[in-house]
Amino acid sequence: MEDAAPEPAPERAKPIERRVAAAYEHPWVVRITHWFSAATIFVMVTSGLRIFRAFPSFGPKIPQHDFVDVPKALTLGGWLGGALQWHFTFMWIFLGAGVLYLLYQFLSGHYKTVLFMPRDIRGVWPMARHYFLFGPKPPVTGQYNPLQKLAYTSTILFGIASALTGLVLYKPVQFFWLAWPMGGFHLARLWHFVAMCGFLAFIPGHLVMVVLHGWSNFFSMLVGWKKDPEYLR
Amino acid sequence: MKDGLNERRLKQLSRRELIKLAPVALLGAFAVPGLAPKLVERGVAFSDWASGKLFRGRHLATTFSDSDVVPFEKFPYNGYDVLDPEVDLGRWSLSVEGDVKKPGQYTLAQVQALPKVNQNTRHVCVEGWDVIGAFGGARLADFLALAGADTRARFVEVECADDYYESIDMETALHPQSLLCYEMYGQPLDRGHGAPLRLSLPTKLGYKQAKYLVTLRVTNLLKPKRGYWEDQGYSWFGGL
Repeated sequence: MEDAAPEPAPERAKPIERRVAAAYEHPWVVRITHWFSAATIFVMVTSGLRIFRAFPSFGPKIPQHDFVDVPKALTLGGWLGGALQWHFTFMWIFLGAGVLYLLYQFLSGHYKTVLFMPRDIRGVWPMARHYFLFGPKPPVTGQYNPLQKLAYTSTILFGIASALTGLVLYKPVQFFWLAWPMGGFHLARLWHFVAMCGFLAFIPGHLVMVVLHGWSNFFSMLVGWKKDPEYLR
Repeated sequence: MKDGLNERRLKQLSRRELIKLAPVALLGAFAVPGLAPKLVERGVAFSDWASGKLFRGRHLATTFSDSDVVPFEKFPYNGYDVLDPEVDLGRWSLSVEGDVKKPGQYTLAQVQALPKVNQNTRHVCVEGWDVIGAFGGARLADFLALAGADTRARFVEVECADDYYESIDMETALHPQSLLCYEMYGQPLDRGHGAPLRLSLPTKLGYKQAKYLVTLRVTNLLKPKRGYWEDQGYSWFGGL
């Protein structure tokens, strides 16, 4: 038993204990909605592509000009009806996670760490130059750099856009007033697709960055705590 | 939060925080092959319930001017099986059953004697295309009144000459834009579009708007067979 050893005096033990700098980066609501959204976006994109296969065009039915042939292997649901079942189930999880996230961010004030503001504009290019053109690394000042804020903020906007355009596609009669700013029901389908493309543009870069930044960064989205974050050094 | 933290304490905190993500594991149920189809079926049932709550009987679908209507040739023919079930138009009548005071056979002339409605509305297909067409017919609500239907009943079921079948909620059946349609583009319904009588429901997806009607039933109890596509997985409400 460890206790068998004579207990060192507390004042002597303290300097021996390893102390680490750590920051509680991601509150519970942010983490849980992140992982719910991640799974949900995967299901919504793959089932959505299966739905799109039923009419892969944004034009008229007659004459039909197919826009793109989505390989079946990238889709979920097996057929149109099956894909719709997945889509109509996970849309609730997507909506729930999104609403919970946005409410939490705004009520807690935590949104300030993520929201891209006009003052962040001038920081975007130096960061992009560092990532993509081997430019010098700009000083780290906060949890997120301006390029990250831009990426996260626009992805959240894509999420809101998917939900609103989806609502118009699902209930165009009940929400006709919402279709109007989208250029009508017919175009809402195009914007719904564009919003999905926004997610698809974000995800690969996001995953590459996660891999490049290592375990401690990845774990912080699981446990909230990040050991020795750069901005605390 | 800047902290000088004991490493053991940090591990302890981290473990506790990780456990709080346990609800995400519930999504794993959707990865179970036998369970997933049942879960997504429940998801659609929930969506249908919400759709029913959201539906407003007085909320009208947008109507369009004649210049917005696509030419007749560009209004797609869509059938699940055959485009012409060879209905004998001379002998056709609609059989009316169920919770109605006056069941029996109704002729096309009886339907046409009801006030006629012409409306240009959007036909939305579940596949994703939509087309604005010109429809003419009698209000389903007027016909239900003619047959003495008990409108407190919950559903209207129809059967078709091509073995297609459908059912809709009473609130949609009574919607002022829901038609027993016998004309498109000012002409009698042609065989491909469902002659002599079809449903035109601007508040529903296309697959709900059954063609070649032969039977109409007012009922409080849906049969296990609720609709040709619904029985294979489409949303039953199918409302816009």
